[in-house]
Amino acid sequence: MADGDEPMAVDVGSSGDWDGRWSHVQKFLERSGPFTHPDFEASDETLQFLLETCKILVIGAGGLGCELLKNLALSGFRHIHVVDMDTIDVSNLNRQFLFRSKDVGRPKAEVAADFVNSRVPGCHVVPHFKKIQDFDESFYRQFHIIVCGLDSIIARRWMNGMLLSLLVYEDGVLDPSSIIPLIDGGTEGFKGNARVILPGMTACIDCTLELYPPQINFPMCTIASMPRLPEHCIEYVRILQWPKEKPFGDGVALDGDNPEHIQWVFQNSLERAAEFSITGVTYRLTQGVVKRIIPAVASTNAVIAAACATEVFKIATSAYIPLNNYLVFNDVDGLYTYTFEAERKENCSACSQVPQKLQFPPSAKLQEVLEYLTENSSLQMKSPAITATLEGKNKTLYLQTVASIEERTRPNLCKTLKELGLADGQELAVADVTTPQTVLFKLNFTS
Amino acid sequence: IMADQKTNKEQRYDRQLRLWGDHGQEALENAHTCLLNATATGTEILKNLILPGIGAFTIVDGHRVTGEDVGNNFFLSSDSIGKNRAQAATEFLQELNSDVSGNFVEESPDKLLDNDPEFFHRFSLVIGVQLPESTCLRLGSVLWSAGVPFLVCRTYGLVGYMRLVVKEHTVVESHPDNALEDLRLDQPFTELKNHISTYDLDSMEKKDHSHTPWIVVVAKYLENWCNEHDLQVPKNYKEKEAFRQLIREGIRKNESGAPEEEENFDEAIKNVNTALNPTKISSAVDDIFNSEQCENITSQTAAFWLMARGVRDFVQNEGNGSLPVRGTIPDMIADSDKFISLQNVYREKALQDAAVVAKHIQSHLQAVGKVTYPFNAGGLPVSPLCKNAAFLRVVRCRSLAEEYSVDSFHKDTITSCMDSPDSEMVLYLMLRAVDRFYQQHSRYPGVYNYQVEEDISTLKLCVNSLLQEYSLNVNVKDDYVHEFCRYGAAEPHTVASFLGGAAAQEAIKLITHQFVPFNNTFIYNAMAQTSTTFQL
Repeated sequence: MADGDEPMAVDVGSSGDWDGRWSHVQKFLERSGPFTHPDFEASDETLQFLLETCKILVIGAGGLGCELLKNLALSGFRHIHVVDMDTIDVSNLNRQFLFRSKDVGRPKAEVAADFVNSRVPGCHVVPHFKKIQDFDESFYRQFHIIVCGLDSIIARRWMNGMLLSLLVYEDGVLDPSSIIPLIDGGTEGFKGNARVILPGMTACIDCTLELYPPQINFPMCTIASMPRLPEHCIEYVRILQWPKEKPFGDGVALDGDNPEHIQWVFQNSLERAAEFSITGVTYRLTQGVVKRIIPAVASTNAVIAAACATEVFKIATSAYIPLNNYLVFNDVDGLYTYTFEAERKENCSACSQVPQKLQFPPSAKLQEVLEYLTENSSLQMKSPAITATLEGKNKTLYLQTVASIEERTRPNLCKTLKELGLADGQELAVADVTTPQTVLFKLNFTS
Repeated sequence: IMADQKTNKEQRYDRQLRLWGDHGQEALENAHTCLLNATATGTEILKNLILPGIGAFTIVDGHRVTGEDVGNNFFLSSDSIGKNRAQAATEFLQELNSDVSGNFVEESPDKLLDNDPEFFHRFSLVIGVQLPESTCLRLGSVLWSAGVPFLVCRTYGLVGYMRLVVKEHTVVESHPDNALEDLRLDQPFTELKNHISTYDLDSMEKKDHSHTPWIVVVAKYLENWCNEHDLQVPKNYKEKEAFRQLIREGIRKNESGAPEEEENFDEAIKNVNTALNPTKISSAVDDIFNSEQCENITSQTAAFWLMARGVRDFVQNEGNGSLPVRGTIPDMIADSDKFISLQNVYREKALQDAAVVAKHIQSHLQAVGKVTYPFNAGGLPVSPLCKNAAFLRVVRCRSLAEEYSVDSFHKDTITSCMDSPDSEMVLYLMLRAVDRFYQQHSRYPGVYNYQVEEDISTLKLCVNSLLQEYSLNVNVKDDYVHEFCRYGAAEPHTVASFLGGAAAQEAIKLITHQFVPFNNTFIYNAMAQTSTTFQL
């Protein structure tokens, strides 16, 4: 080995590649083996497919997204799109390694794409500083595989619903070419999971909704009159005191990213706590409660994104049989993984073609139907809008997300289903942020 | 400006401070780790230590960067080709976090072991990546004698491997998931008994009755039960069900005789099972108390053992067989006053017990001629000790020498795992076999396409000689021999990255003494997305 300091002259070809660049990847594509997928054929064309043709969509350019982009780029994928609606915050820097202090405030998708494109020659990451809901089927349809590194269950369900809506059935048989595999990763502290979803074939996000228990909010009476924990005091200030006192002006909402706002909440929480002899209110706790902060570290994101990227590689190349279909990881005590097959739910509201039922007596109020849609653990809708066809016309019974319509339709909540003119067997169309398509329910009257 | 800097670091590290606290962060920022070989696995591990702010790293690597290296490594570029790999990688890694101090040594680990083995003594932790077996064993021996923790990592095709080599690693703050509460309902301490006696459930107003903490409710009913059952708490399912029924009957009824809504009573019924768990000390903690280090306190005794001894003395005296009271209670339906005063009963008892533990520790310190308390670096003030007394952990790993020696290797573990021929244990045996191949042929099998076929039979000979040397009567399927030739010692980035995350967190556990490290061999199978930990 030469001891001199001169680096060797390197022949970087016109494609930007150099000798041996893909050697770690090639061994899995150009050699046959005993554990490969039955469809696998050793060939040098597969690498070309990855480099030139295969199109991957990464959703999220945060903790998982940064890792995913790096992993895919170094596995031979060159045509990658990334969607993220957020800008960079200083608290991202402990793990979102494509960002630096100077990037704070800039869109994550754009900075991430720039970094990877410059570090990995030939890789072409296309950023989209947008919400996933800003795109329609024509956008999503162009991808071979979609991999998610999201921090929201609602967004996951939306993505899940979008891919289900792309499925084509001919005479009741699913056309496999309409399936876009969805690899989904999630992390929280030292825990994480990675799953492979083949829409229409394997368990989807909604099939396993019960694995994500609904977020517990403290009961109002505890917050209002019977606080016991420092968290109760903070929620009191956030939910009750802030709207009443409007400390930063009329219509100024509490902004968890504004240190002045947090400071105000912190001080008032201390006072509230002192009233009840409660200890433990700190600035850090205040911020954590207000922003619903989930702790995060680089290591867990690295593990889960790596597992996801390995699956993307397997599916894109048929190199191995993909994960079937759910991996759980936890490294609090040693390292623990558990791999199992999540089962499809027979009557899944998203992916089964089983019509969803609503069973209510005609004397039930619309409010009860609304509560069922939000509280039922298999549905967990956020703010459903209910529409029915009455006298040949589409009538919105209740819609929350537009203030004027909410006001207009609010009286309907107190009316009974009979009073609203609904009939037994009637179809109700329900729209919600958790799905891009309306869900049809059949209303069955019970006595 | 200092204040601003602190706030900036607090903001940057906020998400991780919520996991290991300011004191954990401080330990991390005082650590200096050594990485041997800046391959993709190595740089990924370092990335996950640099991002959270490790104090310093030093890369030791004698290799020059090749085109293959750049292909799978995010921290090298084509401009790095021909340069020393330690230097090239350090530049890219350093750029991740200016708080971290990056260093490199352009030298092979073997040369360093020849010329200056004490070089490694300065590190908090040494991480060895893609090391040949001989280097690994040599280094393992040096670090074992020096008491420096050693983490061995390798990515081999779709297999990830980690081996932790540390003589003894103590943990006060293990942060267990799902820890049982320490309520002492089966043996209430005096102050708790007194507090409970201030309640008269039957004579309470409705509002007070339904806002009485379930702990009080259960304690009251338990008192009655014990008086009628020879001072024995409900033990089996039948008795517990009868006990629950008694509580159920205590729910106030309205005028029509229907039970009122009393959520606190519902909570009481729901919690009967766990509330009646006998207060006892886990075997892990018992083992700690029975350890030689806990028994023989000298002036050399480490802080952890002094603290454990203090707790043990408490258990054997004032605690009457029980640990110091933890002092925390879960949230429950109750009005603020009742909850806070109940919580304070536990808190004050915990403080009292902690003070007694502190006295015991103090007397040992005095006995061995030490004066200062709390201890210097590594010690914790007594309160976190007592809060965590039930969760103290010690991890002791066998040395590599013990693992590799024909006289002391874990034959039973290997043999019983291999009852399932596709268990991750077969991957371990294959790694040992390719090391054997390397020893004999100075290369790994199947690196070049033309070698794959012929190397299969050669590798199989290595497998057989390995099994023979260790008298292992197990069957290694030919498929695995083929697969490992096929790997050609490739280091695919995604597998390297998985290990990068796993290893970095184990390193952080070792540095911060929080959470519990694995013991001692971790194998990750990226084909099946499974993993297992063995003790070898």
